[in-house]
Amino acid sequence: MSFLELIPQLFQGAVLIGLLAAAIRMATPLVIAGLGQIFAQLSGVLDLSVEGMMLMGAFFGFAGAYYTGNLWLGVLTGMLSGVAVSLVMSFLCITLRANQTIVSIMLVIMLAGLVTFLNKLIFGVGYIPPKTEGFQAVYVPGLSDLPIVGPVLFQQNILVYLGFLLVPIVGIIIYRTTFGMNIRAVGEHPRAADSVGVNVFRTRYLAIIIGGLFAGLAGAFLTLAWTGLFTDIITSGRGWLAIALVFFGKWNPYRLAAGALLFGFVNAVQLRMQAMSGQMVAFQLMLMLPYLLCILVLIVVSRKAGGPANLTVPYKRE
Amino acid sequence: MQSFLEMRGICKRFGQVQANDQISFEARAGEIHALLGENGAGKTTLMNILYGLYQPDAGEIYLNGQAVRIRSPQDSIRLGIGMLHQHFMLVAPFSVAQNIMLGLPSSRGLFLDTDRAAAKISALAQQYELKVDPNAFVWQLSVGAQQRVEIVKALYRGAQLLVLDEPTAVLTPQETKEFFVTLRSMAQQGHTIIFITHKLEEVMEISDRCTVLRDGRVIGTVETRQTTDEELARMMVGREVVLRVAKEPSSPGKAVLEVEELSVMGEHGLLAVRGVSFQARAGEILAVAGVDGNGQTELAEAILGLRRTAAGRILIDGQNVTGATPRQIIEKRVTHIPEDRMAMGLIAEFSIQENLILDCFDDAPYSQSPFGNGKAGWFLNARAIVQHARQAIADYGIKAPGPNAKTRFLSGGNLQKVVVARALYHSPQLLIAIHPTRGVDVGATEFIWRRLLSERDAGRAILLISADLDEVLQLSDRIAVLFEGEVMGTLSSDNVDLVELGLLMAGAKRLVA
Amino acid sequence: MKGEVVSPVGNTGPEALPIFGGVKLPWHRTRTTVLSLGLPLLALLIAFGIGAIMLILSGANPIAGYQALWQGAFGSVYNISETLVKATPILLVALGVAFAFRCSVWNIGAEGQLHIGAVTATVAGIALKNVTPEMPAILAIPIVIVAGFIGGGLYASFAGFLKVKWEVNEVITTIMMNFVAVLFVQYLAFGPLRDPAAQGQPMSPYIIESAELPRLIPSTRFHLGIVLAFLAAFVVYIVLWKTTLGFQVRAVGANPRAAKHAGIDVGRSIFIAMLVSGGLAGLAGAFEIMGLHYRLLDSFSPGYGQTGTIVALLGNLHPLAIVPAAVLFGGMLNGADTMARTVQVSTSIITVIEGLMVLFVLGSQFLVSKWEG
Repeated sequence: MSFLELIPQLFQGAVLIGLLAAAIRMATPLVIAGLGQIFAQLSGVLDLSVEGMMLMGAFFGFAGAYYTGNLWLGVLTGMLSGVAVSLVMSFLCITLRANQTIVSIMLVIMLAGLVTFLNKLIFGVGYIPPKTEGFQAVYVPGLSDLPIVGPVLFQQNILVYLGFLLVPIVGIIIYRTTFGMNIRAVGEHPRAADSVGVNVFRTRYLAIIIGGLFAGLAGAFLTLAWTGLFTDIITSGRGWLAIALVFFGKWNPYRLAAGALLFGFVNAVQLRMQAMSGQMVAFQLMLMLPYLLCILVLIVVSRKAGGPANLTVPYKRE
Repeated sequence: MQSFLEMRGICKRFGQVQANDQISFEARAGEIHALLGENGAGKTTLMNILYGLYQPDAGEIYLNGQAVRIRSPQDSIRLGIGMLHQHFMLVAPFSVAQNIMLGLPSSRGLFLDTDRAAAKISALAQQYELKVDPNAFVWQLSVGAQQRVEIVKALYRGAQLLVLDEPTAVLTPQETKEFFVTLRSMAQQGHTIIFITHKLEEVMEISDRCTVLRDGRVIGTVETRQTTDEELARMMVGREVVLRVAKEPSSPGKAVLEVEELSVMGEHGLLAVRGVSFQARAGEILAVAGVDGNGQTELAEAILGLRRTAAGRILIDGQNVTGATPRQIIEKRVTHIPEDRMAMGLIAEFSIQENLILDCFDDAPYSQSPFGNGKAGWFLNARAIVQHARQAIADYGIKAPGPNAKTRFLSGGNLQKVVVARALYHSPQLLIAIHPTRGVDVGATEFIWRRLLSERDAGRAILLISADLDEVLQLSDRIAVLFEGEVMGTLSSDNVDLVELGLLMAGAKRLVA
Repeated sequence: MKGEVVSPVGNTGPEALPIFGGVKLPWHRTRTTVLSLGLPLLALLIAFGIGAIMLILSGANPIAGYQALWQGAFGSVYNISETLVKATPILLVALGVAFAFRCSVWNIGAEGQLHIGAVTATVAGIALKNVTPEMPAILAIPIVIVAGFIGGGLYASFAGFLKVKWEVNEVITTIMMNFVAVLFVQYLAFGPLRDPAAQGQPMSPYIIESAELPRLIPSTRFHLGIVLAFLAAFVVYIVLWKTTLGFQVRAVGANPRAAKHAGIDVGRSIFIAMLVSGGLAGLAGAFEIMGLHYRLLDSFSPGYGQTGTIVALLGNLHPLAIVPAAVLFGGMLNGADTMARTVQVSTSIITVIEGLMVLFVLGSQFLVSKWEG
């Protein structure tokens, strides 16, 4: 049967609730990585290495948790690995003023190889990959038992709550703190910022590092709060989607979250269909949806322009 | 009255150019002091030194009698010096209050304290009778309003001395009037105001004293009430005109370029070129003179097809080319020497021979078809290209390792020669030369001048756009002066009255055509 | 890309000798010469050195490992032929990527374009079989090749169109299109194009026999496509430095503003660059089908798109340097299995070494260009 015939099945009560819950879960890594990239992009740097940083976060997050037996330590190692990559990226692009695109692509490619290698090295070449008991759903007394809303919103694991909590936090940082203002100034008009004493280089470094921190966290989510194991293809383009979502959300955390939920929903439907597929043909076309949607989003956003005026332009003091 | 600011014996050299030569200058509290001069006079350099962007090679600065060292803008801000640049240092998506708060520590630690800043801003605005709304967004503001924000920004940081660089360049006449009211108010409250300008009308209207700079030196300081337009103009442009290149009288032919009522949009939604009309004739050099920023760039870009026109027509050889693409203009045998040779003229990584054919590589003999029948085609004719380069190098005395050397390694003068060679080599009917000898050494400059003159003798029409008065006087047959986007008048360069020229350039006079 | 960008890749002229990752050799600057040659070689050595460390960490003997690598790559006629078989798609992709990068168009979509090229080549091949089964090779081969080129080219030019018309970032669009293309091939192989005789395997029917690229060395898989790929390298070199099209593309890549001032149509150049770039990648896919598998398979590409991109950067975007680099990588890909089997390590070490090689070589190019000023 074709996948079109499956669509009505999706909107049945229980299935829909499951989908919505899954949507929130699938949106979380996109939200987290996207929030980090908002900082980087607002400061004027188009960091295209997010996919690589997420992969690092996924692997090191998993390895950290596996070996220490502590999920939170795993999360920490994941975040630190993201920071490490972002330090390399910032050094090359800000201090040495190398081409941001080439550096990012090279990092993504290399990190993919590195992670695969380390995976085989550390975990061996067995048929059954090692697994951890990931973050479990948190039971919130009262709320979790509510009909519909309960399973959808309140039976998620802690990292989901953390991820979405970051949305207003990031919003506050960007719009209500000096640091946030400096970042936006540096991305929009670095010369003006420089002229009043804002350190353009330091601000950009910090913004990129935050991006790496968040990307690492998002990656750790994939292994520690979703699948419980690591595979090479666990990110499968989510890093790129996160970047597109930043554009989509016009560099605003709340719109980013909305976009992420949309993509999360599509992702959830995809996975559901894959599970239901069995004999089904053409589910790959469904799998394509997020990527096609991403392209569409980019087209729409680019047509209307807007955004940090100095995106990708390295800063030079005359 | 003691001076608030005194700069003594300031010297600054950039490479070959002595931008400031023993400049001594002082300004008093409560005074509006104008710094007048044409391009390259040294005004901006002097003020940049005051602001801490450059360090002087020699000389001292005194504030209120105390010697000070200004090593960076932070130092000058701390000393109470505020600078308003020609290009606003404002972040468009931010509000006025945010822009003013930027870079300063917040009273609430990590968090912004916009309300307190807004209150302080409103208080300042009231004190100086400035219409400034702290909560408005900068992108919403008119240019005049943005400038007021810059002023408040300086006052907020405690500026006693304000330096304004060509502040009325982007203002409408109404905004300029309001601006002057503000300046007088600030002067009355004890601030010292220095403003850099090339517009005589402003000097006469608003300043108490005026210091004229020329070629990096102070020509004189006068009380505005005791001087005249003519005297200032003479001080500004007066020079001994020694013709260094022999020039035959011109015999102009037909009009190759005709510009009719041309208007071109510039930045900030204002017209940069307003209803300009002129003709450039074959065998003649028509110079468009004027201080930078009066519409020359936009005018040239419009003619070359690089910028859209808002109104009017451009005709080349009698044909309407308004709105044509750059390629189409080139095909009309129009070439140009661009304003910025490295950004717009040459490709640094390419070799000299490749740069020389950048605008004609599709034509024979530089391209050929595989059948070698002499017609243009898909393949590059390496031999013709190298030959051409060798010849150009010889003809123009370009000092380079060879035709295949990357242009990156050439000096400024030699680079310009490559650009000029390319522009002249195929006998264009019209050449538009924009600042052709800017940043070029003396030897190359004279060479280029001689070349331009011989091309003009050979019958080309040359439109020379230059802010270098020397160049204009040496080369041109006729001079059209551009001021605020309009042609103030056209003079013949024979026995040109420099004072009149100065008045035209400074907007103080208009010749009825 | 506007702004002050110090790119590790430059637009060297025809006189740039294709020293591995090297820059032009100006005769009067011997120090730079030594550096341009020495640094990339040093970079390679360092990369292999770090690889040795990784081998040790994996509990393997690095000497034995590298010996096995060499043996697997070049140790016999068969091995050499397999190396060249693998080098071919890498070479074609690298040529395509280099062409686009020379125009400063960042085509990261080679993998996708490769897949689409394979699809169009297969479809053409099957169509010919059904419609004109008697068509001779002299016609069939060119037709299917062109179909492959057009497939990849049009796919890439969509991203090019978006860039020119609306300034849509081509890096993201081409990467997204990669995923779409790979999924599309999967869909076709499992679905509409599945060969009913293939017993459920995700494969298409065979293409017309006369479009199969002949094997040139007996007992090996050395097919005509390999020769054509090397020829393509030469053609790309000619186009970039000896034709007006290549001149235009390079000019726009080096300084789009100056190009515009000189009357060059920047948008058109970008579009053409993407078209050619995608076309070459499409050829890579087509040759895999026509020379090795004779049908469309799911997962016929072990990441050739990515490897080809790396090779393009390693070869400093110059065809004559890309050729040996592609052969090197083909060898590493080929020998990796042997090495993996012999010293019991993961083949991903090779990927890391490759990445390190590029990192260090690019870094050395970068340093040289900074030194030159």
